[in-house]
Amino acid sequence: MYKTKDGDEIFIIDGHVHNWDASPENIKNIHGKQFIDCFYGYHASLSPPEELWTPEKFAKYGAEQMVRDLFIDGPDDMAILNPTYLKDFYKNGFNTIEQNAVLKTRYPDRFILNGAFDPRDGNGGLEALHAMAETYKIKGVKLYTAEWKGDSRGYKLSDPECYKYFEACEKLGIKNIHVHKGPTIIPLDRDAFDVADIDHCATDFQNLNFIVEHCGLPRLDDFCWIAVQESNVFGGLAVVLPFIHSRPGYFAKVMSELLFWLGEDKILFGSDYGIWTPKWLVEKFMAFELPDELVQETGKQLTMQAKKKILGENAARIYGVDIEAQKAKQSRVKELVA
Amino acid sequence: MTSGTQARIEQVRAALSRVTDPELDESVVDLNFVTGIEAGDDGAVAVTFRLPTYWCAANFSYLMASDMRDAVAALPWVKQVSVTLDEHMFVDEINDGIAGKKDFAEAFPAEAGMDLSSIRLNFGLKSFERRQEALLRHLLAAGHAPEVLLELTVEALPRLTLDAAGAALRARYLERRNLAGDSPLAFVTRDGLPISAGNLAVYLRHVRRVGLNAEFNGALCRGLLAARYGEAPHELPPEPELIDFIKRAATAVT
Repeated sequence: MYKTKDGDEIFIIDGHVHNWDASPENIKNIHGKQFIDCFYGYHASLSPPEELWTPEKFAKYGAEQMVRDLFIDGPDDMAILNPTYLKDFYKNGFNTIEQNAVLKTRYPDRFILNGAFDPRDGNGGLEALHAMAETYKIKGVKLYTAEWKGDSRGYKLSDPECYKYFEACEKLGIKNIHVHKGPTIIPLDRDAFDVADIDHCATDFQNLNFIVEHCGLPRLDDFCWIAVQESNVFGGLAVVLPFIHSRPGYFAKVMSELLFWLGEDKILFGSDYGIWTPKWLVEKFMAFELPDELVQETGKQLTMQAKKKILGENAARIYGVDIEAQKAKQSRVKELVA
Repeated sequence: MTSGTQARIEQVRAALSRVTDPELDESVVDLNFVTGIEAGDDGAVAVTFRLPTYWCAANFSYLMASDMRDAVAALPWVKQVSVTLDEHMFVDEINDGIAGKKDFAEAFPAEAGMDLSSIRLNFGLKSFERRQEALLRHLLAAGHAPEVLLELTVEALPRLTLDAAGAALRARYLERRNLAGDSPLAFVTRDGLPISAGNLAVYLRHVRRVGLNAEFNGALCRGLLAARYGEAPHELPPEPELIDFIKRAATAVT
């Protein structure tokens, strides 16, 4: 919970968090090492100096540290666990649903557990998705369209195989499709971050929500154009938000473009923990104001109302979270502890 | 180092500064990608370069490497060029492919049906839009009427009297103008269609996203490069505006 100076309480759902294991023991090959080094590059280049971790801590911080950084020291009320398998790089995977499920079991009111699928897994993958839905009651999945698989160097959301999975998602009540359209995970020849495929599936699956993580960076320009035309396309702020510290001018411009093209109802906060911690991100975001000249140009303001929506209400809406009921549960827990 | 060697190195650097990262539309020299240039008196040149991450897309990396090779080879005294990439997921494929003058599909035979020319065109058009926006905003700020600008022909644009900054922006724009078709009009959309004065404000807002995206990526890439090579990760370069990128690039060319 974030409290404003006026005592206003803001409910925060962190739309994108990880509990990964990139410790030396779990790294399978040079790619695994380079992958975590690249993540660390994001952490090191965009964090305020006082928030910098050592590479050792960054490789594996563990569940306890995570719960502390998100909910105790940090302002998050709830957080969405999105898995990233990368089993070709890490012996036990980087961040799997099985690992995340341990956190969900321990803190059922704090975490929203998401699954994953890969349309190239065919019927076996469909069965696995059914099993995942049954075991974990998931309401969302995270997809990496640029991930390698055998000889394949990626897929498109508009592929017919992928449509079978979306049909299954509709039936299983998996309403939220998070798509990694952001900085690189092994793209080779295809422009794997091309966002055009979102356009097709968002039109064809009106009952599903498509959350484009990292707002399509490095294709922000194309993404805004698609999102404005599709009512069920959202933008996730992970990777965009940290610019608020090192490059506030760019952040302001990007934010006003997002407000202009997508609107305040379709933008979701995400810290991308452990790359960044939510405490400083939320504090800076709450204190942030768009410069007058941008407001005059776009006619869009980052109001308190908009901030509340982005930090929690939008995610609550698409995940069916009753904020008041959730608050009541959490204050009961506090009383028990006290 | 002899003055002859130094002069040759400067010529190579000048040639490389015209090679851009297609996505960022900035010079590979300005981006700090080029790490070494050797130029012997036998006409052999060796260039080494690096990228912000191990994962930077192979197709873009290949485009830059082959453009660098070709830019250096075009110098009259150059007999032999090697361009070598450091630390990348596909370091061998890229270095061997560039050395063997293979096209991208030959360098990556497992990936059938690839063609870098469509990427080149797509990002060339983004660069066209970005340079056009910068020029149009400059001209509008200098008091040119939208109706007049939008009826100006490609032939007449170079005759317009402009200050130094405007002339540099115009030169940069004209380098990309032919990508948008052969309409006689100087200012058209990426599809070669005329822009009406009534729609100009909306059009400019539309193309502004393109430049903003490139600048945002440029800032990200610089930060990652600095972090990767341990070069003062917290001392990011000052925050430049669109016009600074274009100005600096324009100075490098002129």
